Amino acid sequence: MAETSSAETIVGRGNKDGARLFREWFKELTTAAGEERGGAYVFVMGSFCELLRVFDFPVVFPEINSLQTAVRRVAHEYLNEAEDYGYSPDICGYVKADVATQLRGGELPMGRIPKPALAVYTNACNTYIKWAEIWERMYDVPTFALDVPGSRAAGAQTWPGDPDFENDRRYVEAQIRELIPSLEKVSGVKFDIDRLREVMGHANTMSRCWKKVLETNQNRPSVFSALSDGTIFLGVANGFRGLEAGATYFEELVEEMEYKAANGIGTLTDEQYRLLFVGVPCYPIFRRFNELFTEWGGTFVNSTYLWFASGGSNLGFEYDLDNPIESLAHGVLVSVRDAMDSMFFQSDILANMVDTFAADGVVYHPIKSCRTVSTGLADSRRRLMEDEDVASLFIESDMMDKRVVSEAQLKNRVDAFFEGLATRKQHAALNQS
Amino acid sequence: MTEQYVFPEWRGQPLEEVLYHCRELIEDPDFPTVRRWRENGGKVVGHFQVYFPEEIAHAAGMLPLKLRGAPVEPLKADSHFGSYLCSILKTSLELVLSERVELDMFVTHPICDAARNLAGIWGRNFSYPCQILYLPQNANSSHAAHYLHGEYERLKRSIEEIAGNPVSEDDLRSAIGVFNENRALLRELYAIKQETPWLVSADEAYSLTCVGGMIPREEHNELLRTVLPLIKDRSVKQQDKIRVVFEGGFCEQPPLDLIRTIGRSCYVVDDDLLIGLRWILEDVTLDGDPLSNLAEAYIERSSYSPVQHDLRKPKENMLLQRIQGAGAQAAIVTAAKMCEPGLEEQVAYTRSLDKEGIPYFVSEFEENMSSFDHLEIQLETFVENLLFD
Repeated sequence: MAETSSAETIVGRGNKDGARLFREWFKELTTAAGEERGGAYVFVMGSFCELLRVFDFPVVFPEINSLQTAVRRVAHEYLNEAEDYGYSPDICGYVKADVATQLRGGELPMGRIPKPALAVYTNACNTYIKWAEIWERMYDVPTFALDVPGSRAAGAQTWPGDPDFENDRRYVEAQIRELIPSLEKVSGVKFDIDRLREVMGHANTMSRCWKKVLETNQNRPSVFSALSDGTIFLGVANGFRGLEAGATYFEELVEEMEYKAANGIGTLTDEQYRLLFVGVPCYPIFRRFNELFTEWGGTFVNSTYLWFASGGSNLGFEYDLDNPIESLAHGVLVSVRDAMDSMFFQSDILANMVDTFAADGVVYHPIKSCRTVSTGLADSRRRLMEDEDVASLFIESDMMDKRVVSEAQLKNRVDAFFEGLATRKQHAALNQS
Repeated sequence: MTEQYVFPEWRGQPLEEVLYHCRELIEDPDFPTVRRWRENGGKVVGHFQVYFPEEIAHAAGMLPLKLRGAPVEPLKADSHFGSYLCSILKTSLELVLSERVELDMFVTHPICDAARNLAGIWGRNFSYPCQILYLPQNANSSHAAHYLHGEYERLKRSIEEIAGNPVSEDDLRSAIGVFNENRALLRELYAIKQETPWLVSADEAYSLTCVGGMIPREEHNELLRTVLPLIKDRSVKQQDKIRVVFEGGFCEQPPLDLIRTIGRSCYVVDDDLLIGLRWILEDVTLDGDPLSNLAEAYIERSSYSPVQHDLRKPKENMLLQRIQGAGAQAAIVTAAKMCEPGLEEQVAYTRSLDKEGIPYFVSEFEENMSSFDHLEIQLETFVENLLFD
């Protein structure tokens, strides 16, 4: 009985609590909007929540808001509105959904978001920069680019002590120190370094746990879907970074995943194929897209999305709370750089994932909306095919725009991919016998 | 010495022949000047758009080659890319995959989400060093120039390894001197465009500028020193054309025929075509640390483009300044197809122009487009509306 009770309490808790936290977050944002409190607009790759929490800003992630419009199947209304305003069909759908959100006074299916009081963004995605320029023009609010230099070439990361690393670190640190007085001015809250330590402590717990959660999926059967469950976890990882509630959520998530691993509870009842996902999910048909794979017994055991969309938290970097500013610069530099690496220099990362997660196949999903993620995928796939004996699938659609999502075509490609996987499996079995 | 020139065709020729050879060169997909440079034992750094501190490569004795796409079909490159991407990415890679151009090093920049992927793509296909030069995207940080100095030091080390020789401060100063002269000559060319646009057509000015990215700058300086007085002495009548600014050519380049088409109905008195070659607006000082001077000039004495964020330079205000500075009556606001920064900026530009009551013509282009009839009719209609308003 105790075992059953434990299973009932623990299994599925991450998804349930994630949904609850999301509702609470949007309730708070709606309240802030009602009180006309300005929000800090940030992005998933380098949100600087650690710093912004110290100044009590309601934190708004426009990327998450935009993808929610697609999941809730209203994205087309937002896209059309932004295109009527003048934006091209060929630019990022997230940007356009946000433009329409702003034109609607912050109204979204999940609630209402406050107007920006300021925006803080990295250069991990160039579109972040152009996006923030839109808010500058719309609202005349301060925006802060926090430039985080990435790896200069594949495998060319530098580390503390190297003069090139130190040049980058000093640059990031100088920008953080320049940002703090601006945050004080906009918020009216004095900077408190002990508060920063407290927030960074929560972020440390979250990063440590996020890394562990990802590792638990090396288990067979895999304990969560990197595509569907993983997106919920990512939402909490971003929206609750630096908060006690976020740290607790991830401690409990580790417990849940370890429990499932210990008891052989898989995310699918019959896991046939272990897959890696490269790109951004197809949010306009989010559930159905996942089913195209699960119906064949395929589950996504890891993805580059869980790396870069967590801002590189997958590294599990933990801040030195004795030197918070210096360590924040160090942590942001290596984490955001890692997020960029998983988009621009992912070949070796994927080859390693194939081995450590015992993957049967790799699914590349470049999308119209995002050149950051998509530009190099065809070439990256060519390299992986040369280096690894693993099946792969290359399917194009979009994360927002259902006009370029053809479910029937996707299904044809996915079905053919699984038929190929089945043949490979049969050949492997024959060779073994 | 003549045999060492990589672009000897124009020498001793009358002006029209010189301009003809420049046009031929920039449209030649086989990049003969680069081939000749290599045949003479030279090494080549290919740098993707927009800005690159060419002085560092020049100081090492290498040829900095501006990669700006080419009029070629991306037959080999296509399979390395997905859909929904601009053409310049594909044709630039095609040049090297098809061995029309051979490089010793490739450098790209975080100018856009697509371009920063090129270091990874190039690096997976070629054994020579392929890297990203992280030009600062926070130009407003007081530390940006210091950081950029460090980044230029890193680049210099990479270049020295390939060149096989160290680059001294004097080498750098000498290179900066050559490029200062080049920028001054280009400013003179653009002054002619503005003050007497009937003396040099849009496509002629473009060809003269573009050649600079394909030959050693000393040769380009010689060419411009020879040609500019000849242009000023031309006997050409002023025509009843409207004065326009062309905006949207900072990265992928419109085909020469498109520029010629525009020139038939307008005087293009200023533009952002190949802005990287004219990015630094004043002479870079030769006193002190040359890399610091280059870094400082990049941030403090530079033009603007949709791919550099600087709170001091809101792009729509900069466009208005360009229009006013050139005495233009209207703007042609273009963007390359699938160019996200360009397309996003179009909205800000057109709203700002609306507010100021400045007429504009909005268009998209692709480097490999070959039909201009429709565009020409639209543009003529736009011009007639202005002329007979």
